[in-house]
Amino acid sequence: MFADLFQSLYRATGINLTIFYDAYDGAMFLRGLATTVELSVVTLVLSLVIGVVGVWWQSSRFLPLRAAIDGFVVIFRTTPPLVQIYFFYFGLGALLPKTPNAFGILEPMVGGMTWAILSLSLFAGAFNIEIFRSGIEAVPRSMIEAADALGFSKLRIFVYVVLPLAFRICLPSLNNNLVNLVKTTNLAYAIAVPELLYASQQIWNDATNVPEMMTVLLVTYVGLVGILVRTMRWIEARLAIPGGIR
Amino acid sequence: MIKKSLLAAAALIAAIGSHAATAAADVLDKVKERGVLVVGVKTDYKPFGFRDASGAIVGIEPELAADVAKRLGVKLELVPVISSNRMEFLKQGKIDLMIATMSDKPERREQVQFIEPLYYSDAVNILMSKKVNLTDWKKLKGAPVCGVTGTFYNRPVETDYGAKIMAYDGTDKPLAALRQGNCIGLLFDQSFIQAKLTEPEWSKDFHMPLPAIMETPWAMAVAKGEDKFAALMSDVTKDWMKTGAIVSLEKKYGIAPTAYSLRMHEQYK
Repeated sequence: MFADLFQSLYRATGINLTIFYDAYDGAMFLRGLATTVELSVVTLVLSLVIGVVGVWWQSSRFLPLRAAIDGFVVIFRTTPPLVQIYFFYFGLGALLPKTPNAFGILEPMVGGMTWAILSLSLFAGAFNIEIFRSGIEAVPRSMIEAADALGFSKLRIFVYVVLPLAFRICLPSLNNNLVNLVKTTNLAYAIAVPELLYASQQIWNDATNVPEMMTVLLVTYVGLVGILVRTMRWIEARLAIPGGIR
Repeated sequence: MIKKSLLAAAALIAAIGSHAATAAADVLDKVKERGVLVVGVKTDYKPFGFRDASGAIVGIEPELAADVAKRLGVKLELVPVISSNRMEFLKQGKIDLMIATMSDKPERREQVQFIEPLYYSDAVNILMSKKVNLTDWKKLKGAPVCGVTGTFYNRPVETDYGAKIMAYDGTDKPLAALRQGNCIGLLFDQSFIQAKLTEPEWSKDFHMPLPAIMETPWAMAVAKGEDKFAALMSDVTKDWMKTGAIVSLEKKYGIAPTAYSLRMHEQYK
């Protein structure tokens, strides 16, 4: 019924949306969507963890650790994410140990999906460190002194005072970065991770329906990012402190 | 006002168009007049068209072009083309003849004049690691196979034989992925694979145990309306098939003669 509708749309107007009537194309697109969602959610969480841990270490008194975090941020902020993905997959991937697969080939232990998750998380994580830092620097000095006077340890000040306040201050710029991250996941297509763009490309190659699939892609990303933005708005509203913190 | 200038523009375009048509209508005479035949060939498709150590364009297709020039009694000029500009070059008159690994596609036949019979035919195969020795496409079920994005055979090999295709842009990246062991083989044009296997660094660890599938003929082309030149090229092609010129060129450049070349040689002998 649904399929017939889109087939007659194609016959009547030439608008060829194979994903709605061709089982193979439909399944491929859905798999692509699922992969993009998986990539987005996992990298989002990991990048936040990297951001929090990174900004904590950035304030460490141990110089080499501080220098390492600064170096990491510089490298991942100044290189294009596509170059990073290629570097991990083709550069680092070649150096890692291999295991034989069912066909007797020595296969790299780390696959495309894992490399994509790792490199995108590090990419977004580097930005998150800087975003959290901007939030932390905006936390009034007096609050930290007050907590210190109350006998809080450095870690407890960070966890219970600085981070909750900093998180609220930097939420808008964090939103921006996470939206960017979801949009950047499509770079994983370059290393054959079958996410949305990869799936769409395969589909339009065979059906030569490039304009249609481009439109579908655009609408899908608007939807995905829309969900993320809504969620982040909700979190922002939930966390808002009456009267603000300034 | 706008209408007037639009009309003027339309008239101008029509004038240019008809000028191009009349100018192109006797390219054979023009070639003889200027004493040079300009042929568009590939320079990145070993062994069909590539550059040797000195930078000169050599290969099977440049040799065919040289033979055409010799038959016309003119000098040869080779112009490097790529897939995305080869038909435009022909339409604009930048080249007189195109011999550039072009597969036969209906929409291409509408744009340029194909030379019949089609001079060559490629097929699809897999450059496979020597650790794997599959001689039946059906055995590919579940096998990770590297591919190139944009080829027409990725999907059928996945649906018909159950291979898991991992497609990358260009040929350099899937080849790197193959070397790293991300897949058991590279699904691509057989001619490309045969050329790779002439290089020791590839023939050491890789082979091509599967039979070829999906034969796709290649066509030479001239601009639309060049019927005289097309007829001449048609006779030249039949003569190549009769003498086995293409088969011997394949052997000269180190690739096994395709089933198509042998069949055509047999047919026109």
